[in-house]
Amino acid sequence: MAQEPESPAVLYIDLHLVHEVTSPQAFDGLRKRGLRVRRPDRTFGTLDHGIPTHDRSLPILDEMAARQIAIMENNAAENGVMLYGIKTGADKQGIVHVIGPELGLTQPGKTIVCGDSHTATHGAFGALGFGIGTSEVEMVLATQCLLQRKPKTCNVKVNGRLQNGVTAKDIILGIIAKYGVGGGTGYVFEYTGEAIRAMNMEERMTICNMSIEGGSRAGMIAPDDTTFEFLKGREFCPKGADWDKAVAHWRTLPTDDGATYDATFELDADTLEPMITYGTNPGMGMHITDRVPDPQGVGDLSQRRALEKALAYMGLQPNQPLLGHPVDVVFIGSCTNSRIGDLRQAAAMLKGKRVKDGVRVMVVPGSEPIKKQAEREGLDQIFKNAGAEWREAGCSMCIAMNGDQLSPGQYAVSTSNRNFEGRQGKGGRTFLASPLTAAASAITGVVTDARTMMK
Amino acid sequence: MNSKIVPLSAENVDTDQIIPARFLKVTDKLGLGKMLFSDWRYNDDGSPKPEFVINKPEMAGRQVLLAGDNFGCGSSREHAPWALTGWGIRAVISTSFADIFRNNSLKNGLLPVIVDKDTHEQLFSLCEEDPNTEVSVDLATQTLNLPDGRKVTFPIDAFSKTCLLNGVDEIGYVQGMREKIEAYEKAMAK
Repeated sequence: MAQEPESPAVLYIDLHLVHEVTSPQAFDGLRKRGLRVRRPDRTFGTLDHGIPTHDRSLPILDEMAARQIAIMENNAAENGVMLYGIKTGADKQGIVHVIGPELGLTQPGKTIVCGDSHTATHGAFGALGFGIGTSEVEMVLATQCLLQRKPKTCNVKVNGRLQNGVTAKDIILGIIAKYGVGGGTGYVFEYTGEAIRAMNMEERMTICNMSIEGGSRAGMIAPDDTTFEFLKGREFCPKGADWDKAVAHWRTLPTDDGATYDATFELDADTLEPMITYGTNPGMGMHITDRVPDPQGVGDLSQRRALEKALAYMGLQPNQPLLGHPVDVVFIGSCTNSRIGDLRQAAAMLKGKRVKDGVRVMVVPGSEPIKKQAEREGLDQIFKNAGAEWREAGCSMCIAMNGDQLSPGQYAVSTSNRNFEGRQGKGGRTFLASPLTAAASAITGVVTDARTMMK
Repeated sequence: MNSKIVPLSAENVDTDQIIPARFLKVTDKLGLGKMLFSDWRYNDDGSPKPEFVINKPEMAGRQVLLAGDNFGCGSSREHAPWALTGWGIRAVISTSFADIFRNNSLKNGLLPVIVDKDTHEQLFSLCEEDPNTEVSVDLATQTLNLPDGRKVTFPIDAFSKTCLLNGVDEIGYVQGMREKIEAYEKAMAK
């Protein structure tokens, strides 16, 4: 929008999404300045991080979470901001990065921010979406603008086509394993290549979602007919002649042929296998058929120490396979993998089967509309019949703020995005993987290659 | 600023380690210093682990944290710089910082000091040889002064530097552009 010399650019924000955990201090700051939300029509709230995923008619037992939720409700009401929560908009409540696209708020070319690092998800639509801190949330509430410096660009090229049983989640885990958790620092990713073009929007969202795990604040995919098909008719999308005009504009957005990037990453989809993490950051990943790496083989001293520390936390030995490793909990959910396609894949695997005795399986849909859709398709019955828990929408065990969490020492196969120490509960140990791997492991009670169980 | 160093050699220290998510249910910014590095710092019964670096009595009052590469990766929680500054840290030295954490730090008077790999290794060696090694950080000249007299410059953009040195209110700065914002909104609505 504007740029003064020696200063960062002032970027106008088309869509600001807020949730209960990173916004209370920002609304406080706004009040102290005697201001209100400048553009409530461009600001949308949801309750997702701290909200319980049990029956919503039950009280919230955690007093601090209840207080934070009440404050969000109050802040939204006071400022005329639509809140998809418990008392208002409950039928469309869900994880912020799931409901944005679902409502058609997320559109190509928009600048989208949220006090949450997985805002990168919205880049799947050719939008510039990135996470911000609470001070920046306050700035956007107050001014609808943000100070930004132009990032470097990185072409993340995914060549070829995925094999059966290998998914979008495996692609992004593959990229992060290859280029590291800091590889994308300072860059915005653009995902290109045959494998990306062949994907539906849900798969593209899974990829863009985890850009931040590769160090990149934002990851984008050029909009195409797949994008427009997904958006057409959604609540906040243009209608009639305005829709045609919007699509015509959106078609001008993709990167020009022959454009140059500051860096290029490449991954071959043809030879990719299902991925799983063995360590305590998302870059510590491998093909599910591989063995845990040996710190002795790592030349760099600090990296060797990091691997030793990670394996000690995970209770794993160098060179051991993960296939067959016992699992206590399986979590299917999060802004990475909680959409209807993810639930369908997991349900197809679990249909007519039983969860292994002693394994807790939680299935947490990304939004209430996804929950309803799954119930119309009978997926909830498949999960329940198999012995899995079928929950209300929210972030749940991905961030373990709402009581859904691992106990110390437990192992989980999780479709979420972070395997940091304690992320899913203090002392809990996370293997990140796809919904297919999660569902297969739920049946056997050990880490399992889903391809061995597919017809 | 002169300070002895708190050395934390771990790489890729994520914001879940700096402050675990279960402490994010607060609704103010103060008081998070006691939760800093909570899961590394305390036993299950809440007693401090004596071997963890910030629990050592001599670390009290130190303002400079020396950490491994890619410090602050993971979530966008501004509670991470709030916890660090709440404990008393005013500058973090590393070879690189995650983008969102770096932004959040600059908005809270926490200075990310990026140094080259050799300087980084040298600093850790110095701390091993003499745990009371002292450095001085001078933002105005963008210099880190090492005990042997060596001066290492570090990068920071001019705008952030001015904001930090002069206490500029960034929101006030953007609010000053109200007319431009309104004109942009009008043009966009057409």
